[in-house]
Amino acid sequence: MTDVSPARPGGAMVEFDGVGLRYGPDAEILSDISFNLQPGSFYFLTGASGAGKTSLLKMLYLAQRPSRGIVRLFGEDLVAMPRHRLPGFRRRIGVVFQDFRLIPHLSARDNIALPLRIAGVSEEDLSGPVGEMLSWIGLGDRADARPATLSGGEQQRVAIARAVIARPQLLVADEPTGNVDPDMAMRLLGLFEALNRLGTTVVVATHDIHLISRIENAQMMRLERGRLSDPTGALRYPPANKA
Amino acid sequence: MIIPRVPIQHRRLLPDRRLSGPTPWVIAILMMLTLLAAAAGVGLARSANAIGNAIAGRVTVQIVTANPVTRAEQAAALRRAATAQPFVLSARTVEQEELRATLGQWFGSAEGDDPLLKSLPLPALVDVDFVGGDRGAHMRALDALVAREAPGARIIPHAEWLGPVARLIRSLAWIAGAMVLLMAAASAAVVIMTARAALGTHFATIEMLHMIGATDRQITRLFQRRIAIDTAYGIALGSVVAAAILLLIGWQWSRVTAGLAATASLGPAGWALLLALPLLAIALAALTARQTLLAALKKIL
Repeated sequence: MTDVSPARPGGAMVEFDGVGLRYGPDAEILSDISFNLQPGSFYFLTGASGAGKTSLLKMLYLAQRPSRGIVRLFGEDLVAMPRHRLPGFRRRIGVVFQDFRLIPHLSARDNIALPLRIAGVSEEDLSGPVGEMLSWIGLGDRADARPATLSGGEQQRVAIARAVIARPQLLVADEPTGNVDPDMAMRLLGLFEALNRLGTTVVVATHDIHLISRIENAQMMRLERGRLSDPTGALRYPPANKA
Repeated sequence: MIIPRVPIQHRRLLPDRRLSGPTPWVIAILMMLTLLAAAAGVGLARSANAIGNAIAGRVTVQIVTANPVTRAEQAAALRRAATAQPFVLSARTVEQEELRATLGQWFGSAEGDDPLLKSLPLPALVDVDFVGGDRGAHMRALDALVAREAPGARIIPHAEWLGPVARLIRSLAWIAGAMVLLMAAASAAVVIMTARAALGTHFATIEMLHMIGATDRQITRLFQRRIAIDTAYGIALGSVVAAAILLLIGWQWSRVTAGLAATASLGPAGWALLLALPLLAIALAALTARQTLLAALKKIL
């Protein structure tokens, strides 16, 4: 039985305080990370390859516990949280992986329906939303296709559809537009923005500077060698605003 | 639930093909050997018990008086006196023809009509079966009776010469039981390896399911169901082959009616055990798979 408490009213959705992360005996790959993510906000996470973006996102979507520091999500301390409570939190988080991670033997439809099925939604209730999502990402006619028969961009769209189908409170996306053409990138970003307007907190890790400039009121975090150099709210992007 | 119920849409989360490769075949072989060992164990145990019960209360009195007439009179008197005793269930004089026929097998004359054999002075034998109760007291009472009716006769408890055979058979039955346990352990080890291999093969899917909020129980049920079904196929196959072998042996055994072999049978309890073993094996496989999967999943956040 998983039990998830609502976020504290008025509190941050995500709080990192002095977080460090190391794998094994090696040096920390993330050090002294502190930031708050407010409910309903839109964040970009940038940084060079190897800066630790994916590791930071892993802690956000509960695939990794920090080596030190405090991580609070939806008002609850995740560092000390017992394992059996994590699934309930994960169902409130949508994740778009850089490498898609579609289940290869499932159709596009079944991949997208996965979060709803795991959450126990009946087949009757999930067929409508899944059909709409397939149409929206332009794969209505390829619903039964296996991932291996889809292009990289199509797989990316399926992965995004899977992440957002359950209307998560927090959406975490790792390079979500890396494999799609500019038009589709803008459509997908539009979807993220629409979800954000509905109250979903969005965190997008990207290298694409143009993408960042497209979202009004987005805030940016920048990782440099494992340290957060540009905490949320301290600076605003796009650069044009600075001029 | 040995084979957990999983909604059909969730079953598709694992590929259609069997998870475990050669596992059903290995399980089939182990199940067949387990059933054969169990059948041997039950048969031998029953045989040992039957022999034990038969010899525990039986003695043969050997009268070796030189004069054949006196010898026969002593045997008849002893039989009559013994039959009248409350501690004696039955007493029987072994006929000389029966003795000659038995010895004739060693003299090359099954009918016992060999002249040399006929010339041999044979002892008179009286078989005595005790009633239940204090066998020591019965022996002491028989000693007194023999001393009175046939002085110098020797009392031979059957347990003296058949006891080691019964103990050997009982030891073989225990060995067969140990083999059943060892093969159950081997089957469990196969299931553990299968479960771990399945987790390794499908790790990406498991990780994905975790990330979207699947619980350990949901994931475990998926794999437990598939492994239980795979092993059930193997168990069914092994059971069918073992049943065929046992029926064939039983048919051949039914023609053996002499000696110790006649005491070996499975009996209703033995057959019930053999029928229960495959079900227990499926339960063991499912539980082993479940515990292996849960333990492995706990290592993942």
